[in-house]
Amino acid sequence: MFDDLQKRLSTAFGRFRARGTLTEANIQDGLREVRTALLEADVNYNVVQEFMARVSEQAVGTLLIKSVRPEQQIVKIVHDELVALMGPADPSIRFEKVGPTILMLCGLQGSGKTTTCGKLAKLLAQQGRKPLLVAADLQRPAAIEQLKVIGGQLQIPVYSEADSNPVKVCQNALAEANRQARDTIILDTAGRLHIDDELMNELSQIEKKVRPHQVFFVCDALTGQDAVASAAAFNEALELNGVIMTKLDGDARGGAALSVRKVTGVPVKFVGRGEKLDKLDAFDPERIVGQILGMGDIVGLVEAAQSVQDQEEALRQQEKLSQGKFDLNDFRKQIGQMKQMGSVRDLVKMIPGLNQMPLDLEGLDADGEVQRISGIIDSMTPAERKNPDIIDISRRRRIATGAGVDPADVSSLVKQFDGMRAFVKQMSQMTMFDKIRAMTGLGKAGAFNPGAKLLAPKQGTGKRLTPKERAKLQKEREKEERRRRRERKNQDGDNGPSPPDRPR
Amino acid sequence: MAIKDLLERFKKGLAKTAQLFNFASWFGRKVDQSFLDELEARLIQADVGVASTSKLVDRVREAYGEKTADENLMEFVKNELKGLLADPRPGTLHVAAQKPSVYLIAGVNGSGKTTSIAKLAQRLKDQGKTILLAACDTFRAAAADQLTIWAERSGSDIVRGAPGADPASVAHDACDRALARSVDVLIVDTAGRLHTQHHLMRELEKIRGILQKKIPGSPHEVLLVLDATNGQNAIRQAEVFTKSIGCTGVILTKLDGTAKGGVVVAVRQTINLPVKFIGVGEAIDDLQPFDADTFVESLFA
Repeated sequence: MFDDLQKRLSTAFGRFRARGTLTEANIQDGLREVRTALLEADVNYNVVQEFMARVSEQAVGTLLIKSVRPEQQIVKIVHDELVALMGPADPSIRFEKVGPTILMLCGLQGSGKTTTCGKLAKLLAQQGRKPLLVAADLQRPAAIEQLKVIGGQLQIPVYSEADSNPVKVCQNALAEANRQARDTIILDTAGRLHIDDELMNELSQIEKKVRPHQVFFVCDALTGQDAVASAAAFNEALELNGVIMTKLDGDARGGAALSVRKVTGVPVKFVGRGEKLDKLDAFDPERIVGQILGMGDIVGLVEAAQSVQDQEEALRQQEKLSQGKFDLNDFRKQIGQMKQMGSVRDLVKMIPGLNQMPLDLEGLDADGEVQRISGIIDSMTPAERKNPDIIDISRRRRIATGAGVDPADVSSLVKQFDGMRAFVKQMSQMTMFDKIRAMTGLGKAGAFNPGAKLLAPKQGTGKRLTPKERAKLQKEREKEERRRRRERKNQDGDNGPSPPDRPR
Repeated sequence: MAIKDLLERFKKGLAKTAQLFNFASWFGRKVDQSFLDELEARLIQADVGVASTSKLVDRVREAYGEKTADENLMEFVKNELKGLLADPRPGTLHVAAQKPSVYLIAGVNGSGKTTSIAKLAQRLKDQGKTILLAACDTFRAAAADQLTIWAERSGSDIVRGAPGADPASVAHDACDRALARSVDVLIVDTAGRLHTQHHLMRELEKIRGILQKKIPGSPHEVLLVLDATNGQNAIRQAEVFTKSIGCTGVILTKLDGTAKGGVVVAVRQTINLPVKFIGVGEAIDDLQPFDADTFVESLFA
């Protein structure tokens, strides 16, 4: 019964598509689906009512006139309105020119304040700031310990006092920051319920006495209708400068983000997407709205890929690829990187089109397949990985035993790898445009069959080449490539100063 | 135009005030679309969710459509909800025939697992039972410290592992100690995890497997800790956790705020998971058995 926003809207808009023409009645039909979807994503009831009123006004107004691809227009209207509702992205924090900048984090219990403090500290440290973490949560048992451990992991100093009061801790922290020449102070305050006057008072006291320059509200993306009430209460007491959404790595749609933004007018600055301390991203309204509307989280996919593959390793591999020296070691590395990006299931979810299909990966253990392949490669000797052609029957049997698979699986992997190597080789000799074209073709062949193994592109149907002949062909191809490169170099030389040598 | 606007606003203001009053202010109104819309709004704002709400609203429409709202209608709605939520054995946990009874506690990050466990331990202690706590949250910084402090306060024994240790190994050691000292109850704390993290869910299954192997028939209760401020995502949480470790009940925390926790209605409707306890404060004795009557009344308060 619980459908996520994405699927729901797809169905709703699919309905528009099916009917062909639009009448006021069926617009309302589809829009009701949109409403349900937003409510199920925990967008605040009043926010939804208002939003729907605006969207349906616009939709009825424009759609009946233009009959061209109405569903696209509806998507556009909903999309634009949602983006407008989220406001412009602004992940910047204003720092004071003189003296340390004090950032204060507040929020409900369990929203993830302490972890977020750590993430924020890490982010700011990467930007060249010198943060000091301050443990002003004297309420929860071991909260100070937690912050200390996080500070230790990040090698960022933590200021704390036992048996003190939060206001005093913050005041003393200021002096400490000056002494240690830290330019940014991050206050981790105790979690509280917004109706707890005593604790809210304590926050106001800190605000009054310590005068933080920025106050951030940490908001749990799982929060339901109550998000608005708590954000409004904190905003009233402290005048918030920004919101940090946490736990967005789950499958919560984060309707709370919409509501909080709409009701308080406070911009969402950052989003937390995981328990690791480097998982704090700048908030991007387009990205979230796109995800909501079923356009897939392509940005997320690209970012995931970028974050696991460090630049140098990428260049090194490029170099190897272009020389056709791609071996099973590299293949294994790439598999490892794929695994770091998340499970195959997670990846599929991020790809537009694929995420709408009733993909039942339950029976199909794509992740297991990946694991099996890496198991096989792990059971090979370095020499075998470098040159799989030396794998004979007895080696194959040994590898199969080591990996706990059938010998046939080993040969099929080697065969697949051969195909892949040929493909990679081909790719490395193509222009960028050809590469894209080839990839699209590959996508058509394999992308909609996630359970299938990497298919080897079909080789010539003639007689099978012996390893010797293959090596000869390879040499020829390499020679050809060297010649081409030389030519290109000469050309560059003719056209004036050559560009800086960039490894391809 | 301007006057009409003003009137509209005035009416809206009035409607809001009316919402602040209890159900009684609805008596005497005709049960028409706007009445049903208001009922819907009230339920959705309590996080009951669209599907569960429309079911309920449909029932009301069938029974009372075009009639006048009176006390009977309110009773009707409340009884529907109470009937749905009532727990056949309110506030009691399954006690194993042979010591120890093992209770496994799980939930997403920040839902209040550790605090709930502390409260539960205190409650059982007050009933004269001996308690052993297993601190299987080896991931979050200082989680075990937090539980240790609580354990001291309630006078319970605790087993903890090194930070980053395999939680299953802590569970294993805890089982050994529980058997050796023949305590009455073993409560297993686990690290918070979002239900979308497959590897962490598998880790949880492994802990459950260890318990089962070491103490046959255990865990005797698997309690899912749900945060009352959570919205519809709680349904997914309940579904996935139940599928993975077979939850037997819910502890609903943070009900001392303004959040109504209406999502447990939807949780009960979709996976029939009863609420066992509610957390209503930060003090160690603030864990109460769930009472459907009070809960339903508060949904409309």
